[in-house]
Amino acid sequence: MTQIPVLKIGCSLVVSIQIDMHDQVALALQDDLTEKLVSTRARGVLIDISALDLVDSFIGRTISNIAGIAKVLDAVTVVVGMRPAVAITLVELGMTLAGIKTALTLERGLALIDDALAASD
Amino acid sequence: MVDADAAALSGLISNNEAKLLSAWLRSQLGAGSLRSGQIKEDELKEQSRQFLREFVQALKSGNLDGINGSEWKAARDLLGDFSRSRALQGFTPSETAAFVFSMKEPLFTLLREEIKNDAQRFAGHTWTITKCLDALGLYTTEVYQQSRDDIIKRQAQELLELSTPVVQIWDKILALPLIGTLDSERTQTVMENLLNHIVSSRAEIAIIDITGVPTVDTLVAQHLIKTVSAARLMGADCIISGIRPQIAQTIVHLGLQLDVISKATMADALELALRKTGQKVVSALATSAKGASA
Repeated sequence: MTQIPVLKIGCSLVVSIQIDMHDQVALALQDDLTEKLVSTRARGVLIDISALDLVDSFIGRTISNIAGIAKVLDAVTVVVGMRPAVAITLVELGMTLAGIKTALTLERGLALIDDALAASD
Repeated sequence: MVDADAAALSGLISNNEAKLLSAWLRSQLGAGSLRSGQIKEDELKEQSRQFLREFVQALKSGNLDGINGSEWKAARDLLGDFSRSRALQGFTPSETAAFVFSMKEPLFTLLREEIKNDAQRFAGHTWTITKCLDALGLYTTEVYQQSRDDIIKRQAQELLELSTPVVQIWDKILALPLIGTLDSERTQTVMENLLNHIVSSRAEIAIIDITGVPTVDTLVAQHLIKTVSAARLMGADCIISGIRPQIAQTIVHLGLQLDVISKATMADALELALRKTGQKVVSALATSAKGASA
């Protein structure tokens, strides 16, 4: 089964979704990310979905769940690079991902995590 | 028999063409067809003459079952042109249809004068003329209606294109001045426009100015929230500006939760946007004065 790599940069975990997200892949990612968050004691999670051009409510909910899990483990979640079509779809589905930080680019997303961590410390 | 009748009728009309034409014109002028100079008397005369000729031609062909046949095509096309130009000039439907219907009176007068003694024939001719002119009148109205529909459709399209500009007013700051009521279709256009601009200009802040939105009800508010949420998903914060006192009251009375930073004026919103993106506008006078004293 395809697996999405989780990379550690500084004190953040970076996930770049480059493939079509099937439900199983999404669930595996959620598990994997939770494990890594605990084992690496990362303080930030950055999910890059710039290559994702199809979303459904399940993927939307998985992203929400990941953010929820990260919050419990005291980490900040930022979603970066969402495409216009994806944003419109999610809004039409009623999933506004409230409580998750968003940014247009990876660079800005990392800056956002740093800001959030600096503010919380 | 119908053919002979039609031929006799068309002969009758073409023999008295000049007389008929002047009587018809008189009745049109009396009905106010000139409409305060929007159409010239000469033009009206020319149109009437052309139509009368085509009408006689069509009658002569003898097809009186309806006006959809090829014999009536020339008359139909002519009427269609007149009707379209009248629709563009702003005539009312009645004024447009009156062009055809006003022909009845002079025609019947003519029949009365020419065939005083034959009641049978008079009734037959009257029926023929009524049938044809009514059908032509209805056709005129139909074309008129269609032209108006086309105009409205085109205007709606133009309005949609005109009223959704996205302007980059500063580095990382976009402005979206909304003019007119937000319906579902427009929200879709506005949203797509805004999101694409956010990507292309790498904007961090979008200022949505609703000065030009006449009223904010629950539906408009919901569309605004959708737009704001979509922009937020792309990593851009939204500021809503241009909230008029009346609108502010409506929003509170309806109990709407906009959940977004709002400012009364575009200037306030721009100031906040500049602060949020770490930029500042300073007076050139103040800095040059400082430079001179240093």
